[in-house]
Amino acid sequence: MMQFTVISGKGGTGKTTLTAAFASLAENAVIADCDVDAADMHLILEPGILEKEDYCGLEVARIDLELCIKCGKCREFCRYGAVNENFGVDPYRCEGCAVCTVVCPEGAVSMGKRVSGQVFYSETRFGPMAHARLGIGEEASGKLVSAVRSNAKKLAEECHKDLIIIDGPPGTGCSAIAATTGTDLVLVVVEPTVSGIHDLKRVLELAAHFMIPAVVCINKYDINEETTRLIEEFCTDTGIPVLGRLPYNDIATKAMLHKQTVIEYANNSKYADENEFANQVRKIWARIKEMLMNTQNKQEGIKTLEMKNL
Amino acid sequence: MKIAIASGKGGTGKTTVSLNLALALSDVQLFDCDVEEPNCDLFLGFDLEKVEDVVCSVPVIYQEKCNICRQCSDFCRYNALAALPGRVLFFPSLCHGCGGCTILCPEKAIRESKRPLGVIEKAKEGSSLEFYRGLLNIGETMTSAVIKTLKKYIDDRKTAILDAPPGTACPVVASIEGMSYCVLVTESTPFGFHDLRLAVDVVRAMKIPFGVVINRYGLGDSRVEEYCKAEGIPVLLKIPNDRKIAELYSRGIPFVREMPEWNEKFLGMFEAIKLQLTGKEEART
Repeated sequence: MMQFTVISGKGGTGKTTLTAAFASLAENAVIADCDVDAADMHLILEPGILEKEDYCGLEVARIDLELCIKCGKCREFCRYGAVNENFGVDPYRCEGCAVCTVVCPEGAVSMGKRVSGQVFYSETRFGPMAHARLGIGEEASGKLVSAVRSNAKKLAEECHKDLIIIDGPPGTGCSAIAATTGTDLVLVVVEPTVSGIHDLKRVLELAAHFMIPAVVCINKYDINEETTRLIEEFCTDTGIPVLGRLPYNDIATKAMLHKQTVIEYANNSKYADENEFANQVRKIWARIKEMLMNTQNKQEGIKTLEMKNL
Repeated sequence: MKIAIASGKGGTGKTTVSLNLALALSDVQLFDCDVEEPNCDLFLGFDLEKVEDVVCSVPVIYQEKCNICRQCSDFCRYNALAALPGRVLFFPSLCHGCGGCTILCPEKAIRESKRPLGVIEKAKEGSSLEFYRGLLNIGETMTSAVIKTLKKYIDDRKTAILDAPPGTACPVVASIEGMSYCVLVTESTPFGFHDLRLAVDVVRAMKIPFGVVINRYGLGDSRVEEYCKAEGIPVLLKIPNDRKIAELYSRGIPFVREMPEWNEKFLGMFEAIKLQLTGKEEART
């Protein structure tokens, strides 16, 4: 089973638009929305929820004020400033480490479960989908991303799918790391802006750090063709394939308003520029598919080799 | 006054609003809290200097003292310690630096050392704006720790503008906590609107007064305006869906510099925020 993630570093470059389009082009895939704290994929794919579970991340400390003697040990040892003057615990600050339970001489602190989100198993018009909703301001979004990925794997096994397409979060932190580690390929969607280049470099460093092959696609390339050229040069120099360029076009917003992928929307459009946009997306997907097939063949080749050696 | 610029969805224009607002005001500090992907300085061109390393206290295990009682590995909620038959292994990237293992170890076989997570940098003396940013090292996950350290440089006597990261998770909470006001930047598209409502949930839960800036105004439909009207949320500013603004952004130019009429508009937005806050204060008294 292959896993493929779309990331960007910078937010709002078109990850979800492209991932949804890929979902409508892939023949045998599971879709995973791993941008758990601003999940938008469901607005296009309109999943029917089959199963839903509460997700418990890290625990939260509770102080029993009946037992508390206000000695202040918990406040002194808490490195997250989560215990206030009245010995209340700020759930937004508490990281669930449980140090307070160890230092309290009265045994007044206990750790309680906290529901920090929900995970969903769903069905869409393009196949099964795993997704989630993170509770407001919750910790452990990375852990929730991992939960969505393991649910996507389960769905892929049950439904005999050979590919998981992952919509990743922006940034380079815990969610982005959880969405990319152990995948077979990442696509970085970049816009030709000074921030775009900067964030692209950081996210490519992240991919290199975890040794995941990366490819790039430039969105709104015509907003600054000079910068587009710089990005292409940078990628050529570093040996990272640029799979395509997409022009500045309102089709993404229009398709979104119709709850359609850009591919679906273009199928009913008589405008040449919108059809051309969809064709470019198809070309990018064809190259991704080819790369994933090659990787899969290599992996299988290695397996056969290993068996022969046995 | 401390104003955070946030949004649920990424790429809606947080950095644009932060920069243009900071440039329109005087006696102001600008903080880039998007420490995973900080972009403000790309538009300012300042020379930056390091003012602090952000570190996490991590355990160092003295194997000769350790009798592998497993108390530390059993305690660690982040699975950063694993007791093998012959030794205890430590995985630095999982550690949150809570210090629990050091406190617990009955053999006093654990001491703490510091592991770098990122840096805090500031614009050198003589720059036209007091600017600070945090930068998280690649491969690190402790985003909030860098943000919290960065916020120590807020000077209460000045106006502070904080460019927050996207999303609604802990890095956003770490950024907007303790702010006097929060500006939510959105666009009136289905994605923008959906994520705006998540962001509204966050600021309401944290009891921070807020208003909305609609960016790329004209794109999409009118759902954000209708929602704000129905909810009584002030719309502070509308920035048109203007290709010129997008092109200036792509070149790293804050658009107030090329379109000076916007200076007034950002100043007006600041006045509207002050008015909203005084109104709230008066209502309370």
